Amino acid sequence: MSARGTLTIDPEKCKGCELCIAACPPDVLTMSTELNSVGYRYPVLHDGCTGCTACSVVCPDFVFDVYRFPRSRT
Amino acid sequence: MTTDSTVERGPVIPTGTAPLGLTPVASTSPLLLGEHSLCPGCGEPVALRILLETLQELGIVQRTIGVVGHGCYGSFVRIMDIDVLQCLHGRAPSCATGIKRMRPDVATFTLQGDGDMVNEGLQEVLHTAARGENVTAILLNNGVFGDTGGQQTATTVVGQRTKTSLEGRDPEIHGNPIPVADLVASLDGVGYVGRGTVGTPGGVLRTKKMIRTAFETQLAGEGFSLVEILTMCPTGWFVTAPQGPDYMASSMEEVYPLGDLRPRTKGTA
Amino acid sequence: MTAAAPELVLMEGAAAIGEAAILAGCRFFAGYPMSPFTPLLEHLAHALPAAGGTCINCESEIEGVNMALGAASTGARAATGSCGQGIALMQEAIAEAALNETPMVVFNLARNQQDYFQATRGGGWGDYRTITLAPKDVPEAIEHTQLLFHLSDLHRAPTMLYGDPLLAQTRVGVRLEKLDFGPLPPKDWELDGTRGGTGRSRQVWTWAMGKATDPGPGPDLHWQNIAAKFAAIDEIEQRSESAHCEDAETVVVAFGSAALFVEHVVAELRAEGHRIGWFRPITLWPFPGPALEAATRTARRVLVYELNGGQMIDDVRQYAHDRSAIRFIGGVSIHESGLSYGPLLDAPVIRERILAALPEEDLR
Repeated sequence: MSARGTLTIDPEKCKGCELCIAACPPDVLTMSTELNSVGYRYPVLHDGCTGCTACSVVCPDFVFDVYRFPRSRT
Repeated sequence: MTTDSTVERGPVIPTGTAPLGLTPVASTSPLLLGEHSLCPGCGEPVALRILLETLQELGIVQRTIGVVGHGCYGSFVRIMDIDVLQCLHGRAPSCATGIKRMRPDVATFTLQGDGDMVNEGLQEVLHTAARGENVTAILLNNGVFGDTGGQQTATTVVGQRTKTSLEGRDPEIHGNPIPVADLVASLDGVGYVGRGTVGTPGGVLRTKKMIRTAFETQLAGEGFSLVEILTMCPTGWFVTAPQGPDYMASSMEEVYPLGDLRPRTKGTA
Repeated sequence: MTAAAPELVLMEGAAAIGEAAILAGCRFFAGYPMSPFTPLLEHLAHALPAAGGTCINCESEIEGVNMALGAASTGARAATGSCGQGIALMQEAIAEAALNETPMVVFNLARNQQDYFQATRGGGWGDYRTITLAPKDVPEAIEHTQLLFHLSDLHRAPTMLYGDPLLAQTRVGVRLEKLDFGPLPPKDWELDGTRGGTGRSRQVWTWAMGKATDPGPGPDLHWQNIAAKFAAIDEIEQRSESAHCEDAETVVVAFGSAALFVEHVVAELRAEGHRIGWFRPITLWPFPGPALEAATRTARRVLVYELNGGQMIDDVRQYAHDRSAIRFIGGVSIHESGLSYGPLLDAPVIRERILAALPEEDLR
């Protein structure tokens, strides 16, 4: 599966609410096994991101920047 | 919904740095000056974000004054890069009236919780709406006084457990909730009332459109506008952060249905 | 305009105060009817829009004072008013304006002199004071109204005019002359909505925490600064008037309309040979303590005449040269309607009470 988009994730901003996990339509986010410096797990990205922005739309902590790859990439 | 992190999803994609040569399609608003310290899974920062994005998209950031009430969202005064009056509990619509009358060209909005608007400030919002003041009120409704630890408010739904209704709100003992947005929507002088949610991606985007409609109503001089936003408060609801949106949908949305309660009748549809 | 004095016009006191507010540049007023303040609201309801301002007959006193606070936060000269219990409702917002440094004028056209404590001690929260001027007649009220807008802007604080039914409801000949009290600092704190996205956006906030990128002093330091500000105002804004006190054995202390009656009676008694004078605080806060002390230096009797159960007398006790000389000759006195003064506000009554306080050998 080739991703159509990607994210930057700032683990230090995350408070482990997991709303992004539920929101992601292609279901490519899981919570990490590591903890950030204040003790929360944070989302990690797997292959298949569509750049739909659902994660950043629901995130209360401004964890994500979302990118879409140019359409010539197949 | 939680995810079992042991389920094989394939390799983790690095997300520490931005991809070269691309600008993000979604990123943190530059109007946010710092982080907030609200609870995990709180819906209020999501509402703040879409409010600030709307101000930017409408191009009115440099002619906007916010009037902020008292609640957990009160801390947003420090992290919003706009001109702000932090006012007394419940009084934001009155202060907004004074501001708008003196600066009619400035987009003026209030940011209030349910405790602020529907408990302390019920009179203020109803009269400001009936006067047809061209201001926009934003209600962050989570059915509790969050900042003081989760007591019952006038919007707490029947059956909801709070610190002052531990067995669940019972009308015989605690009275009934007040749907303030419906009251406002019934008044002459009102240009637009919408009710949205920030519990789902679709809900957030529809709510953002409501905020935009509300400000357009104000800018066109069509009267008072109100957007009620159902926001998750897992701490106040005694649920986990991931459970917040589902709990909200099954409890608050039943009592406070989503949609345009008073559609904008003038201007473009 | 011309250098000639404005013409003499017959006006109700409340209307004259309203015109003085307009002269001072007041462009926002919100009020809720309550006798005897109501005529001020009624006058401004037509006169202020005609002058390009806004007057709102609002739905409660709490709304009115918060509307004025909002208007004032944009830099406009704004005011509200009420009396007695209505002022009591406004206390939270008056304190808020003192703590977030928003200027505004509160017109307390009181029913009598029972609001003294409320005006000078405040009923709101925090370490703040309210500069309060108590005019004795309508011409002075015209001056005080304009002075209060000036002092509010100068000190960035709410201020109060203490009037009463005689002031509000009497029609007198007045000259509406615009007064200039000197330069004022620019309102570089006002909210005009233009600073969004600049990193230098403004806040009006009692906690003064500033923005995450530009922190403010925070509540501890800010409220210390506010307390210090009012201590400094105390030093420089005291005002009073007195007469015949240099050799007086008896000094009568009164404020507002009551002082007008006392002036008249004391003049009578002076003419009859009594060594008697009067002292009138013009600022109820800051109370003109040092001036009172000086005026009562020779007095063996300091007679406090106020129409209440004894409120200003607390301040007199703090400052009079000889505390043991103080006697209360006033009292609660309310008209049967509940809305104005009762029979104690009367020259013969005041004369009788003063004479009753004098020792036998002083009476001819």
